[in-house]
Amino acid sequence: MKNSKLIIACALAALTLGGGILWASDHADAPKVTGKSTDITDLYVFQGANTNNLVFVGNVQGLMSPATTATATFDENTMIEFKIDDNGDNVEDQVIQCVYKGGQMYIYGPVKPAQTGLAATVVGTASVVVPVTPYSATTPITATGSTGITAFAGPRDDPFFFDLNQFHKITGGTATGFLPTGNDTFAGTNVMSVVVEVPKSMFTSTTGKIGVWMQTHQKM
Amino acid sequence: MKKNIITLLSFCALTAALSSCSKNNNNATPTDPNTGAVFAVTGDQVGRPGIATVFVGAADKDTFNATIPSVMSAAFQSKFVTQLQAYNGGAYTSNILGLNASAFMGVLSTDVLNVSLTGKTTYYDGTNVLTGRALNDDVIDVSLTLIFGGPNGTSNPGLTSDHVNANDKAFLTVFPYEAAPW
Repeated sequence: MKNSKLIIACALAALTLGGGILWASDHADAPKVTGKSTDITDLYVFQGANTNNLVFVGNVQGLMSPATTATATFDENTMIEFKIDDNGDNVEDQVIQCVYKGGQMYIYGPVKPAQTGLAATVVGTASVVVPVTPYSATTPITATGSTGITAFAGPRDDPFFFDLNQFHKITGGTATGFLPTGNDTFAGTNVMSVVVEVPKSMFTSTTGKIGVWMQTHQKM
Repeated sequence: MKKNIITLLSFCALTAALSSCSKNNNNATPTDPNTGAVFAVTGDQVGRPGIATVFVGAADKDTFNATIPSVMSAAFQSKFVTQLQAYNGGAYTSNILGLNASAFMGVLSTDVLNVSLTGKTTYYDGTNVLTGRALNDDVIDVSLTLIFGGPNGTSNPGLTSDHVNANDKAFLTVFPYEAAPW
């Protein structure tokens, strides 16, 4: 166990110091966001256990050790936003906005955004407010609003899995392929996660499909 | 005059009743602390897994995060094709989806996750293509196969799977689906 932690620490050091190709889904992808509360690791969108619902998972602040996670928080100055295109033009028609305030995550929408693009204004009042689940909690805290939206916010195991170390060796020229049994570089690391489950009936798309992307923004 | 006062009072009562009613209509606090707040500084942006880190050159990474999806393809498709060919030593022809370099990068350079509202949601399961992204989808193997596997998915066998086939913790079958932190 100590050994695997050491390996992860080394991998993190390599990520920080290495100038080579990184492929950590979206973890630490660009200079302006690396190491900040705006750094997205992954976006997942899938059908819920109740197939009438769609689940949005937005993860930020990746590659956290358990010790780091114990003191990690969301940032009141950062909005986490899911953008939804309902007609295939890759412009958002609805948004789900997640804003942390006073120990709780406020979830807005899905609602027509005040503007499209890179900036965001909080629209209306929250659809659901959920206390952030503390690291020490044994069960996740969830809340469901009157419109049927369920939300969670707090630390979770990073669901991403990849032998990033071996990929580095391949791209660095010291290996020619992956191992017969790979090693998950993200094993044992956590993220800060927002999970929002939304009734499919709340989407304005009439084509049976939507396009989704995730953004973070900060207050001035 | 008396009648007016009574009318006024009942109007007040009605207003109070209505406003308390609307307050109970959502799960927010009566005065929402964030309504109208502006978040104007661009942060990060992602649709599909790994696009920025695999196909976007170091000098463009911040720019990619600040490029809205509707103009991404025009800005990045040809650069992505160059990167795809660089990974393949110039030998990329097609992949298991039958997409040549230009078509494949035309799809990926618009970094938006396609999601179905009517059926199975998966990045790719052999049948369904880009209908969502589930937690247990092996998006790395899918991506590696599409990039290195050629038209039959059998080229470069040492590069088409990292042989990490699942997460280090089991996912939950119920909300919030992700595993507890380490």
